[in-house]
This record gives sequence, structure tokens and C-alpha cells, in this order.
Amino acid sequence: MQWFPLGKVSEVPSGGGRYVETPVGQIAVLCNEEGVLFAVHNRCPHRGGPLSEGFVSGKTVFCPLHNWQIDLESGEALPPDQGCVKTFPLKTENDEIWLGLPETVS
Amino acid sequence: MGKNAAKARLVVIGNGMAGIRTVEELLKMAPDLYAITVFGDEPHPNYNRILLTPVLAGEMRLEETILNDHDWYAEHGITLHTGSPVVQIDRVRRRVITASGENVPYDRILIATGAAAALAPIPGNDLPGVYSYRDMRDVEALTRVSAEGGEAVIIGAGHLGLEVAHGLNARGMRVTVVHRRAWPLDKQLDARGGAMLQQAMEARGIRFLMERESAAVFGKEHVEGLQFQDGSSIPARIVVMTVGIRPRIALAQAAGLACEQGILVNDTLQTYDPRIYAVGECVQHRGMTYGLVAPLFEQAKVAANHLAEYGRMRYEGSITSTKLKVTGIELFSAGDFLGGNDTEELTLLDAHQGIYKKVVLQDNKIKGILLYGDTSIGPWLFEQLRDEQDISSRRDHLLFGETHLGDAGHAGSSQAARLSDTAEICGCNGVSKGQIVHAIREGLFTLEEVRKCTKASASCGSCTGLVEQLLVSTLGGVYDGSARKKALCGCTDYSHQEVRDAIHKQKLLSVRETFRSLGWRNPGGCATCRPAVNYYVRTAWPAEGLDDPSARFINERAHANIQKDGTYSVIPRIYGGVTTPAELKRIAEVAERHAVPMVKFTGGQRLDLLGIPKEKLPQIWAELDMPSGHAYGKALRTVKSCVGKEFCRFGVQDSTQLAIDLEKNLERMWAPHKVKLAASGCPRNCAESTIKDVGVIGVDSGWEIYVGGNGGMKVRAADLLTKVKTEAEVIEISKAFLQMYREDAQYLERTAPWVERVGMERIKAEVIDKLERRKELAERLDFALAQEKDPWTEAVSGRLDIHAAPLRRVSARGG
Repeated sequence: MQWFPLGKVSEVPSGGGRYVETPVGQIAVLCNEEGVLFAVHNRCPHRGGPLSEGFVSGKTVFCPLHNWQIDLESGEALPPDQGCVKTFPLKTENDEIWLGLPETVS
Repeated sequence: MGKNAAKARLVVIGNGMAGIRTVEELLKMAPDLYAITVFGDEPHPNYNRILLTPVLAGEMRLEETILNDHDWYAEHGITLHTGSPVVQIDRVRRRVITASGENVPYDRILIATGAAAALAPIPGNDLPGVYSYRDMRDVEALTRVSAEGGEAVIIGAGHLGLEVAHGLNARGMRVTVVHRRAWPLDKQLDARGGAMLQQAMEARGIRFLMERESAAVFGKEHVEGLQFQDGSSIPARIVVMTVGIRPRIALAQAAGLACEQGILVNDTLQTYDPRIYAVGECVQHRGMTYGLVAPLFEQAKVAANHLAEYGRMRYEGSITSTKLKVTGIELFSAGDFLGGNDTEELTLLDAHQGIYKKVVLQDNKIKGILLYGDTSIGPWLFEQLRDEQDISSRRDHLLFGETHLGDAGHAGSSQAARLSDTAEICGCNGVSKGQIVHAIREGLFTLEEVRKCTKASASCGSCTGLVEQLLVSTLGGVYDGSARKKALCGCTDYSHQEVRDAIHKQKLLSVRETFRSLGWRNPGGCATCRPAVNYYVRTAWPAEGLDDPSARFINERAHANIQKDGTYSVIPRIYGGVTTPAELKRIAEVAERHAVPMVKFTGGQRLDLLGIPKEKLPQIWAELDMPSGHAYGKALRTVKSCVGKEFCRFGVQDSTQLAIDLEKNLERMWAPHKVKLAASGCPRNCAESTIKDVGVIGVDSGWEIYVGGNGGMKVRAADLLTKVKTEAEVIEISKAFLQMYREDAQYLERTAPWVERVGMERIKAEVIDKLERRKELAERLDFALAQEKDPWTEAVSGRLDIHAAPLRRVSARGG
């Protein structure tokens, strides 16, 4: 695992998200109403919608294209939809967000 | 309560639909609040009692009606006792005592003991061979006894009587229905409808003896026949009594709880003892008892809300509709369908096709509905009855329903019953009628549940009416559509209007504050409530209210329309659709420079640059140097125009100039949904003004103003609002109409359904008749628009951050 700094916590809007360009493609960094951060692949398993532009509430993101709901802890779509999006580890230190990517990338 | 402290104990007496529905609602709101124990009389887990008749008729099996199996109770940590009923409630020591002598302590009780079948008070009603028709035990007994055939006599031609007649007839018995009134279902049908129903059932071989008072059931050791008061008699192998139900109140009565017909409850479903709640058929609320399932579900919601210690909801009684669950007979009735001296009637009778429709009106509002043979418009009419809508504008087609209006996306069909099982109902998600009916049979009761489980009607919503029809035809009277109000979304029980009122009264200035103050179940809301509440805050408090970008759809945050591949489309404002060579050159150069993949004209006469990556948006806006066309928002879109009298040889008014003026006066207007206008210069109406939210048509003497038109999902021709002489009047009236719409319509409700809901009379009264009121409305809109800036200019100048660029670019070697 290699860690990369992404920016300040305040740069990610609460209840929404931002996207990050990485060697493994776009990753959505999302923040819920309580300030909890999540990182997932920025492609909805349905039709590839950018999850970084969806509503975030609790641990769910609503895809902006067709309103699929994705559990951000497991990456699984909520029933009745089926599908899965890859999740990535995040940590914060001194207000800085760090993203963990597998070593093979670097 | 701390985690280690013992949970409060909830004892539920009654394992039927009302009791378990309350538990389900409670678990949704407060899953860990109570240790729950359920006592049931019947050996089965909770089953769908409205499906008794399909089981009796051999159309379904018992297992298919189970709503909550034993695993469900185990999964939720609920202790279920069947077969050991509660015989006493000791309110002093706060414990219930069971038949086997067990003592179970409680902190709260929910009584849902339901009702028992009443027996006709005549001699012989206890003979073997006399049955009631109430629960699965009765169905099992009747199924067994019917196998030998013979004569079955049913006393009572109400719902249950006719259903049991149908079931036993299907099982091969010779069935006679005896009734003391002149026609069957006399509480749900008038004489004419009753006659049609009787005829239809007679055609299936069921015999009717009307206006007969039963005197005695006779027989030595078993039923042999039924004797009437006039001395005549008929032979019978079995007699089924369906003469009414009696709330089961003995337990409550013995515990000293106030009872009349049923257990008395207040609007929070509490009995005389505030620790004891009661719901369902055993309950009497504001003088009413209910035997249908829809009201029970409404009660369940409210009781659960209070048990969960939210303490927010009130049950204010139910308006119910009923439907007969006899295969192949369509019947729907609601409200006061008999009418009186001060009511009017609309009727349609087609005896040959077996169709009879009757709507009872009072002061242009629907008071009662009776549909026989074709019930497809039942839900549509019922909604208008419930909402007390003014129907004057559609009086002439009320009996035909919405079917004459275009309905896109499902081949124009608006009658679900006539579709085959493979017919596609939801064109967005590809869901067939068969799939939806199957899912409903598995135990769905509401539109929301169908949306969640099958996705049908979950996208564009144009098939909602069809799905509601399927709910009604599959569930009959149980369909929850009779709910007095619809909650805004799953995060709250408040309706749109209640949320809106609270924002006004409590001066709630942000989405977050509203969620907090109204006790939202999900503190972050969902994709339905966030944009809606943000809109309500903005319209209530245009200056002080916070426009929360995180509560806006991506389109309204990025100020561009997101496409299927995540790129965006850019549509600059071109007032009235009138442009210049210089402007066109500039647009062309921008498109060329950025290799824009597609440039096309929109349906509203504007230019669309498609396929723009988010990162490039601010730069393209800067180079275009034009205001946003708001083509992405629930906002004023475009004012379409025709050439008008400046060039057109037919034109009588200057429609291009009026279109430009209207667009300049209304741009940046957020609304409950998108708003489209058009201005035509003569009655040839080339700008298609009559399918726009607001459309004007030039005539020799001035302008006609039309409102509430729509050319999209559901075609609706606009209504004429008024005729005026000057452009200034057109602009002021348009503003007033749109402001009334902004303040009154629900979020995502277009003007077409809104106009139908509130009625043109009310709109005319506000916008046309009262000049003062018109001025106020227009001024309020002007004030709201003055708060809005052009978002593209704001973004280009750096005052608005749309987060166009990625938060960071992580490169392989970076770190």
C-alpha cells in the first residue's frame, strides 16, 4: 500500500464529493453529513455514472445518472440493484486526506 | 437509555396484519428500542388476510400468503407465542397473563386483536355445518367440507359473503346467497350497480334470494336447511354466516380500558391507559371502526411513530375505497356514492358491455365514486376525492379518465387490466406487468415498495398510474393509496405541504436546519428530499435562505447538463431564439477550438454544445461570453418564438420581441420543475404555445395567454387563462402565474398536473381577478429573481466554484 496526499478535508464538500485522477482511473472521494470520508472507483456499476457528483447521505451515495444507491463501506449496490464498485482506503492526518493505492501501481 | 440497560419491553397482543405492520414500522424507526414479544391466536405466522378468497377459490396456496415467516421473527429477535393467548392484562403490576398461566411483564402494550365474525342471532346458529368466514381456519374447514359438494347457503351479501360464494362455487358447491336487502353489496353499490353484479354472479351459477329474513337454521345433528320468516325454507349442507364483524374487545374491557364498539383510541392510537396502544379492527377512533386493511396500515405508521418515541404524527381517520376480490368482476367504490339532495351525479351506463360508472359531485368536488365493470380510473378519481380537488375543468371527461391524454412510453395504453403479463409497464427500467403483479403478491402494499423492489415507476414516473392500477387490482381494498397524505420521501412522514409550512412558520433557513428541526430519519436526507427541501427554503426565504449546493442535483451544481458518459452539454442563453451573425461565429469558433463532438439545435430553438468534460466548462463559458441558458435546471428554460409580424405575412403581433422580453424578465427563475414558454404571432401558433407551461398567442386585438400545457411525457393542451391587450400585461400575468406555481406546487410537479390539481378557477381568482394580488405575486417573483446572479459569470470570475478540476492528480511516481 502506498499513500498519496489528496488535499484538505475542507476541499471535499460535505454531503457530496470530488474526483481524483489516478493511474487506476478516476476515484471519487466522498464526504457524508458527519464528515466521514469514503473513496470508491468513480464509476457506478450500472452505466458508469460519476459517483463523485452524487448525493452522499450516511454511508450511501446516490448515482447522479439513474439514482442507483451504493453502500460506501462495502461498495455493493443496494437492492434491488446488483453490482459492486471497488473501495479504497483513506486516512486523514492534520486535516490532510491520504489515499491508499496498491503498491503495484507505483 | 444506555447500551447495557435492559431494553423496554413491548408486548404485542395479536399476530395479524395490523399488529405486525406496526412492529415493522417500529423496527424501521427504532430497531433496538424494545424487546418485543408477540402473542397470536392462530398457529400460522402473519399472513395476508386479504388473500383468503384466492386460497378458498383454489387460485393460491396458503404458503403464498405468508407475509412474515418464522425466520423473520427470529431475525428481529422477536419472541412469538402462538397457541397460548393472553387472557388478562394486569395494569397494576404491568404484566400480561397467558392461558397457560405464564406472566409476561411489559412497559408498553400494543393491542391488535382484530375482529371476530358475528353470527346471525337465530336458533341453530351453533349447529355443526354452520361456518363463519374470517381466518385461515375457516378457509381450511370450508375447503375440506366443500370437497363433498352439495348445497351451500351464504347468509349476507356483503364483501365476504360474495367472496365466499365465489370460492365455494369454484370448488363445485351449489351456492345460494341470502340477503335481507334488495341487492348485494348494498353498502358499496346503488340499485343499478347491485343488479349488474347480481346478474354477473348469477351467470356463474350462483343463486340469489333477496329481501329474505332468516329465521332459523334447522337440522337434527347437522345443518339440513335454512328457514325464513315467511315460513319458506331451503335445503343446505352447510351455512356460512357473513353478517358482519365485531371488534374483539373483551380483553381490553376486562382490563378497564374504555370501549364502545371498539377499544377507544385517540389520535396517537393510545387507549385510556397511555402505556397501552391499540391498532386495527379492534379499535374505535373518532367514532369509526375500520374493517379494511388500508386504514390499519395508516394507524400502524402513527402508532409506531409514537412507540419509537418520535411523537410526531397524528392519525386523523381514513377515507376508504373498496374493491371486490372476485376474479373477473371489477368493482370499485368510495365515499358517498349514493348522493343526496345537494349533490349532482355523472353517470355512464353501458349494459351490453357491463360497464357502469357513477361520480357524485358537490360544489365541483368528488364526493363519491362507483365503478362497475371498468375500474381503471378508480385510483385517479380517488386521488381527486381525497385531495378535494376542484374538477370543473375536466368535468366533461371525468368518467373517461385520463385515457384521452397522450401517455408516452408504454404504447399509449392506460388500462393495466387489459395488458398481457409480458407487457412492458415501466419503459425506463424494462419491468413487465407479470413481474410487478408477482412482486405485489409476495407482499408489497404501496407504490414506494413496488418502486423499491421492482424499480417500476422509479425513474420518469410516467407509468405510476399503471402501477397504481396493478396495486389496486392485485390487492383490492388494501391498497395503501388511500393514505390521507403522502410522505415527502422515506426520510420523513411529513408531506410536502407540511414541510413547506414548517419552513415558513419556523423560519427554517437551510436544508440542514429543516432536517434537524423536523426530525429527519436520515440526517443526510436522500436524493428525493434534499433538492425538494432546498427549493422550499429558497422560495420561502429568497434573501436569507441558504441555497445549499450539496442539496442540488449535479446539473444545478455544475450549471450544465450531465450526459450518459459523464460529459456535459452547454447551452447558452439566446433570448427568444434571436441571435446575430457575430454571436453565431463566436459559438462556432469555440466549438471548433475545443473540438466539441456535437453541435445541435435543441427542441427549444437553442444551440447545444455536447460532450464537454467538466474540467473545460469554465473556460468554454468564458470564451462564449454569454449567460447560462439554464437548460439543465428546474428553472426557466426557453421562450420559443415564431417569426411574428416583423417578417411573417400572417403575423398580427410582434412575437419575437415579446419572447425576448419574457425571457429577460424571467431568466434565472428556479421553479418546482422546468418551465417552458412560447410566443406565437398569430393563431396559426407556430411556436406551439398551447403545449407550454405558459404560452401566448397573438390575435388582432392583443394576446391570449394559455397555461398548464405540456408536450412531454403526458401531452396536455393548455387552458386559456385570459386575453389581454398589451405586452406589459402579458409579462405581469406570466410572472404572477409562475410565482403562484412556485409558491404552491410540489417540487417536481409541472404546471400541467398542478393546474389540474388546484383548478383554473382558483388560479384565475388569484392571477386575473384580483389586481392587487397579481401585483404582489409579480413583485415577489421580481424580488426572488433579483437575488440570483448568472452562474456562468460567477464561475468564470471565480466567485462560484463548481469543482471542475479534480481534487488532485495522483501520478505513479508522485507521493
